[in-house]
Amino acid sequence: MGFELNAKIPSGPIEEQWDKCRFEMKLVSPANRRKFSVIVVGSGLAGGAGAASLGELGYNVKCFCYQDSPRRAHSIAAQGGINAAKNYQNDGDSVFRLFYDTVKGGDFRSREANVYRLAQVSLNIIDQCVAQGVPFAREYGGTLANRSFGGAQVSRTFYARGQTGQQLLLGAYQALQRQVAQGQVQMFPRHEMLDLVVVNGRARGIVTRNMITGQFEAHLADAVVLATGGYGNVFYLSTNAKGCNTTAIWRAYKRGAGFANPCFTQIHPTCIPVSGEYQSKLTLMSESLRNDGRIWVPKKPGDKRPPNEIPEEERDYYLERIYPSFGNLAPRDVSSRAAKRVCDEGRGVGPSGNGVYLDFSDAIRRLGRRTIEERYGNLFEMYERITGENPYEVPMRIYPASHYTMGGLWVDYKLMSTIPGLFVAGEANFSDHGANRLGASALMQGLADGYFILPYTIGDYLASEHPEREPVSKDAPEVKEALDRVAGITRRLLEVNGKHSPDYFHRELGKIMWEYCGMSRNEAGLKRALELLPELKERFWKEVKVPGENEMLNQTLEKAGRVADFLELGELMCLDALERDESCGAHFREEHQTEDGEAVRDDENFSHVAVWEYKGDGERPQLHKEPLVFEYVKPTVRSYK
Amino acid sequence: MRIILHIWRQKDANSPGKMVRYEVPDVNEHMSFLEMLDVLNERLIEQGEDPVTFDHDCREGICGACGFVINGIPHGPQPSTTVCQLHMRHFKDGDELYLEPWRAKAFPVIKDLMVDRSAFDRIISAGGFISVPTGSAPDGNAIPVPKEKADLAMDAAQCIGCGACVAACPNASAMLFTGAKISHLALLPQGQPERRDRALKMVAQMNAEAFGACTNIAECEAVCPKDIKIENIARMFRDFISASVLKRAG
Ligand SMILES: Cc1cc2nc3c(=O)[nH]c(=O)nc-3n(C[C@H](O)[C@H](O)[C@H](O)COP(=O)(O)OP(=O)(O)OC[C@H]3O[C@@H](n4cnc5c(N)ncnc54)[C@H](O)[C@@H]3O)c2cc1C
Ligand code: FES
Repeated sequence: MGFELNAKIPSGPIEEQWDKCRFEMKLVSPANRRKFSVIVVGSGLAGGAGAASLGELGYNVKCFCYQDSPRRAHSIAAQGGINAAKNYQNDGDSVFRLFYDTVKGGDFRSREANVYRLAQVSLNIIDQCVAQGVPFAREYGGTLANRSFGGAQVSRTFYARGQTGQQLLLGAYQALQRQVAQGQVQMFPRHEMLDLVVVNGRARGIVTRNMITGQFEAHLADAVVLATGGYGNVFYLSTNAKGCNTTAIWRAYKRGAGFANPCFTQIHPTCIPVSGEYQSKLTLMSESLRNDGRIWVPKKPGDKRPPNEIPEEERDYYLERIYPSFGNLAPRDVSSRAAKRVCDEGRGVGPSGNGVYLDFSDAIRRLGRRTIEERYGNLFEMYERITGENPYEVPMRIYPASHYTMGGLWVDYKLMSTIPGLFVAGEANFSDHGANRLGASALMQGLADGYFILPYTIGDYLASEHPEREPVSKDAPEVKEALDRVAGITRRLLEVNGKHSPDYFHRELGKIMWEYCGMSRNEAGLKRALELLPELKERFWKEVKVPGENEMLNQTLEKAGRVADFLELGELMCLDALERDESCGAHFREEHQTEDGEAVRDDENFSHVAVWEYKGDGERPQLHKEPLVFEYVKPTVRSYK
Repeated sequence: MRIILHIWRQKDANSPGKMVRYEVPDVNEHMSFLEMLDVLNERLIEQGEDPVTFDHDCREGICGACGFVINGIPHGPQPSTTVCQLHMRHFKDGDELYLEPWRAKAFPVIKDLMVDRSAFDRIISAGGFISVPTGSAPDGNAIPVPKEKADLAMDAAQCIGCGACVAACPNASAMLFTGAKISHLALLPQGQPERRDRALKMVAQMNAEAFGACTNIAECEAVCPKDIKIENIARMFRDFISASVLKRAG
């Protein structure tokens, strides 16, 4: 056991690295491709795009998702848009500028070479999506429209109303279904990956559970791709879909894949607040609302008057007060923390006290209701549908919520994990976003990985490593062991026969994570969480109740397995957050802040990717470090005052 | 408030099903409909009973996973709203609600309120795409698209594939779904080269899947949570008929 990190960054000037790498990579000839098989777990932007592109090249692809159709992957829910350095607006955008903004936005905790490539490839993504028929917003002249988004001074965001993710995913899904029709991709919906098969140190397959029949199956291949999305549901309440999970990457971690920066999780400032204990998920309200809405809370703690009865001079427009130059448009991490601070002071609004007002009355007075309706009509409707309140008359209530995870499985420049033959794409890898992701960059990264990086780098792996020369049979001991292990976990879950549903434990986990490893963290809290989490895990395995059996459609069993993995991941996140004794991006350690509460980085000691290696149940995982070198963008202090 | 539910329970595809009565005594008006079912399910789990199975994922009205019939109406009484976005404030204390899965031959029940909608995926596979392999695209702005066309295409492309249209139709027709995809691509310049072929193949697949025909009842439009218009069916017919004629003419 044990791995060494080698990011395999090509040498030479940054703008030539990807070309150079592509030239040096080995190719599989078209006639030989059909001799290789690739498993892609996930059908979101990363997995869907990857599976379709690999199929087009002629590889035999098997693609898996837990939903009933690949079209329902959570990428579908992305609202705002996708970035690309097209410079169609002639406002001075360039590949270098997108690269620069992304590295800076990530607070200097990402790998320069990867980010540069991402910015380069962004150009091809838009072309590809347009050609597929993605109905992007257009100007009257018929050209593509753009909007601006947080963290950038140029308009480089392409969008399809408030449903950009949906339209991009349908584009990838259509390409995927075309390959399904041609027999190049075999689709396995309602199949959940529960383990990775590693033979002679290489990833050679997966074990899945058929979610309708409960049957465990081993699927073997020459390479495996995980594109299984983010783990934001570790907080229980998040903007992720109910099924989003960490199971695939967590079980790969336990098979030897390094887990990078698990504590880098993004909290989005504008979500609809929790309304009660029964709450099952949180809904994002697009960041764009902050362009016209003003955020405030009462000056007095415990002021329970309705908002319209609180006079102007008794309101605290705290973002405008603290960050006069950015005001209500301060970046996500900064705004989220400010909201938490005022609520902690007892000035939060709404029944739970965990909310702040986002008030449009000034904008309505200034611009008229019509204009506001045109700009945000659909969002206002969605808000009213969920809360029953009319935001034209009563200010919206918003609160931060878990939204995105920058951490994930570590990958090298070719998107390969520390297990040869295991590739990781999209939100599931530790990605190009460092310690904080900018808006509209996740869709870009997922599609870059899937359409334009994996198809080359997997070919290179197959042509240089020749996994096909060591065929693996379904009877191999490694396959049997993986199947037995999965069956064992399932049996244990069913046998506990305790008293609480898996959701009960998931909620408890969420409370601990939100309290101690959420928007702000400190040593004492993280240590406390590291005591509470093992206790909760122990209780889970003694008290969870899963009715029914394995050989049937059993949603409680599915959920129980995911919660078991989240419980373990939570511990690793807290450990990572404790170990990273600095503040950077979304990771805010209270010990490291300026007098007015801004994050203080420690480049001397923490300019690295923290990569954790699993060492066995109950053992402390081993920390490896990939040093980060900044040759093109010099680390500076982010300031939004 | 107290809500009485009669829910279709069916163990698996091959077992007979029946309506079972449940009571949820402590429903909060701010709950979503699915959150109310979560509360019921949690109680069933703790009692060791099999919870009610239903499909759901995003709970934001966009993934299209959720959907069942409430008192005869797919996705329930609130217009333009998926069942995951339907909230309990639209019901009142003591309401009695009947929940059933989509009923259509082409959507066999898998369990309880969950059905198999893979027929939709096969319709897309038959031709609901533009054949443009990765890497072969021209510059994005090389293909101008008039704004009105782009907007119309987007209206059609908003379909979430939930299947409510089929469930609402007395003929269990999938023409709104198929028409929406055909329109989306036919309205765009990129979709022209395969336009005829696409209409022929998708319609053929739709017919092969045991969906019924359209008799202009427009129930589909009435229940569609994304306001997809039946004009899309008209566009589909136009493309299908002209493609058929041209094909016969050789
Ligand atoms: C509400 C919301 C709004 C957003 N808005 C934006 C935006 O405007 N712009 C932007 O750039 N980003 C946005 N994001 C982020 C972005 O949408 C995601 O990061 C991105 O879509 C993730 O894509 P993915 O392909 O990595 O994963 P996903 O789309 O989550 O796909 C994961 C896939 O893996 C499968 N899977 C997962 N686990 C298993 C398993 N164990 N076995 C089998 N299959 C499995 C799933 O079935 C699914 O097919 C938003 C995110 C949210 C939640
Ligand atoms: S759960 Fe996604 S649309 Fe209802």
